[in-house]
Amino acid sequence: MHLYHLSLQPPSNIVCAVHGSFAGISKQQEVVVARGSILQLLVCDSRSGKINVKCSHDVFGIIRSLAAFKLTGGSKDYIVVGSDSGRFVILEYIPNKNCFERVHQETYGKTGCRRIVPGQYLATDPKGRAVLIGAVERQKLVYIMNRDSEANLTISSPLEAHRNFSVCYDVIGMDVGFENPTFACLEVEYEEVDQDPTGEAARNVEQCLTFYELDLGLNHVVRKYSEPLPERGNHLIPVPGGNDGPSGVIVCCQNVIVYKNLGEQQDIRVPLPRRRNDIEYEDTPLLVIASAAHKTKSIYFFLIQLENGDLFKVTLDTEGDIVTDMHLKYFDTVPPANAMCILKTGFLFVAAEFGNHQLYQIARLGTDDAEPDFSSRSTKAGLYNVRDLMNLVMVDTMDSLDPLIQTQVADWANEDAPQIYAICGRGGRSTLRVLRNGLEIAEMAVSELPGNPVAVWTVRRTVDDQYHSYIIVSFANATLVLAIQDSIEEVPDSGFLGTAPTIGCGLIGDDSLLQVYPGGLRHIKSDRRINEWKTPARRYIVNCAINRRQVVIALSGGVIVYFELDLTNQLREFSDHHAFESDILCMSISEIPEGELRSRFLTVGLADNTVRVISLDPTDCLQRLGVQSVQGDPSSLLIIETPDDTGAAPVLHMNIGLSNGCLIRTTIDQVTGDLADTRTRYLGTKPVSLYKVTVEGKDAVIATSSRSWVLYNYQNRFHLTPLSYMPLESAAPFVSPQCAEGIVAVGKSTLRILAFEKLGAVFNQTTHRLKFTPRKFVSLFGTDNLIVVEADHAAFTEKAKADRKAALVEGAEAAVQAARHDVNQQYNAQELRELYRNLDNDESQHGLPKNRNGTWASSIRLINATRGNTLCHYELPEGEAAMCVELVQFRSQPDSVFVLVGCASNLQLVPHHNPQAGCVYTFLVSKAVQGFEFIHRTVLDSPVYSIHAFKGVALIGVGRMLRLYDFGKKRLLMKCENKSLSSSLIPEDMEHLF
Amino acid sequence: MSSSTEKAANTERFHVLAQLEHLQSRYTGCGHADTNRWDWLTNQHRDTSASIVGHPDHLSYMAVANNYSRERARVEQLDKMIQPCGAPPKRTPLDDL
Repeated sequence: MHLYHLSLQPPSNIVCAVHGSFAGISKQQEVVVARGSILQLLVCDSRSGKINVKCSHDVFGIIRSLAAFKLTGGSKDYIVVGSDSGRFVILEYIPNKNCFERVHQETYGKTGCRRIVPGQYLATDPKGRAVLIGAVERQKLVYIMNRDSEANLTISSPLEAHRNFSVCYDVIGMDVGFENPTFACLEVEYEEVDQDPTGEAARNVEQCLTFYELDLGLNHVVRKYSEPLPERGNHLIPVPGGNDGPSGVIVCCQNVIVYKNLGEQQDIRVPLPRRRNDIEYEDTPLLVIASAAHKTKSIYFFLIQLENGDLFKVTLDTEGDIVTDMHLKYFDTVPPANAMCILKTGFLFVAAEFGNHQLYQIARLGTDDAEPDFSSRSTKAGLYNVRDLMNLVMVDTMDSLDPLIQTQVADWANEDAPQIYAICGRGGRSTLRVLRNGLEIAEMAVSELPGNPVAVWTVRRTVDDQYHSYIIVSFANATLVLAIQDSIEEVPDSGFLGTAPTIGCGLIGDDSLLQVYPGGLRHIKSDRRINEWKTPARRYIVNCAINRRQVVIALSGGVIVYFELDLTNQLREFSDHHAFESDILCMSISEIPEGELRSRFLTVGLADNTVRVISLDPTDCLQRLGVQSVQGDPSSLLIIETPDDTGAAPVLHMNIGLSNGCLIRTTIDQVTGDLADTRTRYLGTKPVSLYKVTVEGKDAVIATSSRSWVLYNYQNRFHLTPLSYMPLESAAPFVSPQCAEGIVAVGKSTLRILAFEKLGAVFNQTTHRLKFTPRKFVSLFGTDNLIVVEADHAAFTEKAKADRKAALVEGAEAAVQAARHDVNQQYNAQELRELYRNLDNDESQHGLPKNRNGTWASSIRLINATRGNTLCHYELPEGEAAMCVELVQFRSQPDSVFVLVGCASNLQLVPHHNPQAGCVYTFLVSKAVQGFEFIHRTVLDSPVYSIHAFKGVALIGVGRMLRLYDFGKKRLLMKCENKSLSSSLIPEDMEHLF
Repeated sequence: MSSSTEKAANTERFHVLAQLEHLQSRYTGCGHADTNRWDWLTNQHRDTSASIVGHPDHLSYMAVANNYSRERARVEQLDKMIQPCGAPPKRTPLDDL
């Protein structure tokens, strides 16, 4: 536990991901991901298809690259981390400690993400003999891996593979079997470019594919071979070699992928195919952004992903060691990824570059479908139709807020705790999210009960039962017993007294049940015999505490009676009673420690604002041991045990719920019964009640007040999180064949069976889709109606989309006319025309189509953040980029409120032209706050990035000028101007002005 | 006496020069007495591009602003490193003096 630099919500994007057998368990693969500064181990459960964080570690640095390698003959993968630390770090995951352990740490350079300090690229030899760490420019270091006589990993001093004046695009370790390890690298040398004033060299500069060979005998690295490439590549994929394949690399270049190898091998080029059923222009460049490889003993294939998210399966035809052809086949479309991992268990993990990460199950390999096959025989780009998922099935998602563009914390939904409103995502995957502090709850069953229940318990019939047998629900004057079978039904002959409320019940001894009701105790034996203990006259039971061998009851008037199970399984009353001066409000007793006969401590909450610890040891039975005074009446007590990781005795934690809504947690000393280490937390407005449940096999506490909370131990830390669910009255653990770990709870007049989801998460997200990348939002008068402005570069507006579609249909129509004499061609042209007419791709799945550079599409949306429905929507004409939004109440128009949207017109990002124009759109908010209407557009001479309401006028940052505008009938009217700013104003500057 | 100090200073000067040359060959972008405006600017731009590529968040920022993938943002920055500030100025005979 680090006590510094802890953020409430850790980064959720994934920069790089590698998979391997890090735990060293055969046939199980884990994924290690880097999220900014956090290194995490993800485990994918192949049965449930859920992916969970197993181990998380903050490195307090920037992780730039990750690689995994396995020593020859080893079963365990090591993790290599390339970071900004100037160090080469090898980590090993230790499963039983659940942590990453550093095996080697070699310092080679300065810290920081620098141009010539390695850390950007990592490449490993597939046989685990060497690892290369490279910089963006010049430097590459190779470390040789080996093992010593005790099978520990050893590392050599670094060997240099530097190359002056060269920019590195990508580097991989080639699979060459057991020959000398070879690394393939994409490099551009700029030495000549720097010497040539004519600029000729810069135009002709070529990228080279260079092979570096590590000579293990001579212990140095040689530049073995270098070959200029006709087009620039950006990504390399190693092809299996040795006994498994032909070796070599696939170079992914713009619009084409090329297979290359040393020796006799001819280059095999396959142009990247294009979407047919899309409105994109045919000359939009295609780029491979990520790849994943799958290799078994019999087959290997690769998945490559293009910028629009389309996956292609790449396979090779070979004759001996010579590759004769390469095939591409459209596989499916998933979110554009930073990294992809194909796991041996048949899952594909997609670490999306923006938005939620996905886990897919590979249902089919796309071998025998009707998708067209693209090979090196065609020189032109093939065409394919994009479609819904066919080979993959989505099984799980990991939330990611990246890129988070704006957030605001406010209670706009009128709940008791504020929400966080966030706009995130990009393009078609943009979202508005409402984050609430709380744990997600899966509702498994809800059933109505007659009347309002006050408490619920679950009991097993014998100690050895795996599942719970009965649910006992207590009402104000009756008790209901339900049996848990395939369905949950009432049982009349359970032995429980149904005509009185129940104070407590549980399994006692090995196979008998105990019910505590106001009039006495009812001991129900397994053979249905019943032993009863009645209270003395004019006394009744107010409270009880039960474990498997001990029963303590509190009678009205502050008297405690203690029972213990004797050797004949009879409850034996302890002869002494103990009387307190004030009323007993609550009691708790811990479970019996393993190997002992009784629990030593009873805790009692009294009306005099104290909690006392009482001994139950036969030598000093019912003696007072410790006392803690609290600020209010204790309303509930619960002792839970926390198993210690180091194997020492578990720690006893006492939880005290107070009637003023606070929860106090203290630790009980196992020997003396002293109380120590007290923490307090306010939970809600109502008295706190505590119930013991189980989370991940450990004791956990449900605390109910005006909200329900759960206190659980997860990844060696206690989490106290509210439940994102209705307030509950009482809860109990629930285990049945259908539900491995759940809770049964009562609330109002219902019985609910629930389960926890996404343990460890602090926020529960509600997500609403947007159309373009959101830029800014404001709340309309502090309600959950938000105005969101969205804008995207190189995107189609609805109108531009319709125009482009019409043009495509027209083109196809012309083709139909031209092919009048050829039936076959005409049929094809007609088919294409119909295809264009019915174009309708799901943009959240297939991505926004790409328009020409320099075009913009923007929209202004009034959306209800609670329900997610768009109340009003206005799309700006093409070329306008909405950048900011503000509500302004003009002095001259006191009755109306206006929405001002600042835009840039025809903004050129690259090259950035200075003379640019902007405008401000003015909208009037309707009286019912359900919409807005367009009033006018004010043309300005520079883009507008910030608007602020200021004393009844609008303060607008126009380029480098700061101006005051008032409302006018035809346009906004300039009142005042300040030209003395050095750069254009962005919203943050504007905030600083006030 | 005076000649020996002169000699020491001389060797010192050569030593410093040699050290400088060593530094320049070792650390790309290290300046020297003849660094001109173009050299300096080009180095600054290359450093900046490399830093953008090295910081994952910065790369994401570029990708969101331009509405293309992070990989394309990375490739663009690397391409920019080859000649970020145009061709070098023409060499004049004075340069060799």
